[in-house]
Amino acid sequence: MDFLTSSSFWFLTGTSLAKTFFIVALVLTLVSYTVYAERRVSALIQDRLGPNRTGFPLSLIGFKRDFSPFLGGLGQPIADAVKFLLKEDFVPAHVNKLYFWIAPTLAMMPALVALAAIPYGSTFLGVPMVVANINVGILFMFAISSVSVYGIVLAGWSSNSKYPFLGSIRSTSQMISYELGMGLSAVPILLIAGTTSLPKIVEYQIENGWMMLPYSNGHFGFAKTILWIPVFISFVTFTISMFAETNRLPFDLPESETELVAGYHTEYSSMKFALFFLGEYTAMIAGSALIVVLFLGGYHIPGIPNGEGMGGIPLLRDLPSWIWGLVNIVTFFAKVVVLLFVFIWVRWTLPRFRYDQLMKLGWLYIFEIALVNIFITAGILAFTH
Amino acid sequence: MAYVVPRPNLTWKEKIYLPSIVAGLFITIKHLKRMLTGQTKVIMQYPEQKWDSHMPEHYRGAPTLVKDEHGRERCVACQLCEFICPPRAITIIPEEIPAESKFARVEKRPKEFEIDMIRCIYCGLCEEVCPEQAIFLRKDYAITGTSRAEMKHDKARLYELGGVMEGLVHKWNPQK
Repeated sequence: MDFLTSSSFWFLTGTSLAKTFFIVALVLTLVSYTVYAERRVSALIQDRLGPNRTGFPLSLIGFKRDFSPFLGGLGQPIADAVKFLLKEDFVPAHVNKLYFWIAPTLAMMPALVALAAIPYGSTFLGVPMVVANINVGILFMFAISSVSVYGIVLAGWSSNSKYPFLGSIRSTSQMISYELGMGLSAVPILLIAGTTSLPKIVEYQIENGWMMLPYSNGHFGFAKTILWIPVFISFVTFTISMFAETNRLPFDLPESETELVAGYHTEYSSMKFALFFLGEYTAMIAGSALIVVLFLGGYHIPGIPNGEGMGGIPLLRDLPSWIWGLVNIVTFFAKVVVLLFVFIWVRWTLPRFRYDQLMKLGWLYIFEIALVNIFITAGILAFTH
Repeated sequence: MAYVVPRPNLTWKEKIYLPSIVAGLFITIKHLKRMLTGQTKVIMQYPEQKWDSHMPEHYRGAPTLVKDEHGRERCVACQLCEFICPPRAITIIPEEIPAESKFARVEKRPKEFEIDMIRCIYCGLCEEVCPEQAIFLRKDYAITGTSRAEMKHDKARLYELGGVMEGLVHKWNPQK
């Protein structure tokens, strides 16, 4: 029991709790504003305005005026949350109560847990900005995020109703056909970086240039120019698989509103429905974060030092290093936000794939391309290193 | 006879979807850009901007009662509107006009005149059937309330909405 009295144990526990709290609070805020962005961007794409009225009701807590900042409608997430909390939580009589209650949690929690392995910053005041620095980070991400399909399947099965059931069956087969392709398209990155630890992958990219931007470290090279081709292919297949993994259009077959009412969450209302909703968007954020870490250099911008004041332009190293720790965190989430915009943008551009098209795409194209891509990468690595 | 629909021969570019997906993405981002730069002008901000000035004269909004230029209630409580009203939204209780009143010659006026705006279908038959031209459909279209009681327009509210309508009928004019 010596470890209980050691200061390093309490330091680790304290900082881990603080980081967990920070990342959960930040991501949940980001989720609610992603929902707002979804509505706003979809409206703008369709030549509408979207929710632009709801401000912050400061007059309720004693201020003179309500506050509605520049875009308008920024209070919409609060209004949505209040609506979800106050609505009647209706449980139909014909459902299997136990699984009906477990399912929303199972849809929400894996996405949140998966965030633990994401390095969302270099270091801040000497603390590495990753909740769990495990050396099988990417495997952990894949394992945990595929658990979320249980939430959908249980929701569909326990609802005891045909539309949720169809939705959940589709979700299962979609998950099987895309998990493989997704896992395989990440393998070239692991081959190049030589590690499965997410922080180490980011460090590799800082040193040798981002996967998608190989010259970002300022050095040209024949090997990485050739390697960029398989990396690009794997980026495309990985991103497509990520769309399917997070049940986003054009692969939102589990909930396809036009065919299945609302798919697996047809029978859900109030906060249980909100949990599915939050889970979907949290998974989207976790997926974007994974893409950023694997392909887009994580928290790194060329020329900006890390949280210990190392690397980057020498002139910038003179400033206190905690500033750069903060800049790194902001950079990471800025990249995530850009990817989230792409997710939303694609959703409002493409129609849904038909079921057999999705299966064909998953099994006959993504899977094969990813598989061949591994051998191409391995071959190039064998000849150039 | 069986009719075979010829399948189009897709080129490899069309088969891999990606070029057309990228083209679609550019179309949507163009729409977004045009909205952000204000080039698309299709939206009317409703409570601030209204189309009231574009409404035609024959617009059928909320039914109202009107008074004439002497301040007399035009309605003589004949109850024709009550009988013609398809959803039966109108309820009238007539009363005698007291002898000392300026308009005693008119004999009758409504004691209660109530239009249930939840039932009203804005058909305009009441206006059409009225022999006294006392009931008019005005241009108010946003009739809202927070309770059912509030949605029942009583006599005072109907006159408030209707106001004064001059001319047209001089049947009860003592000058004539």
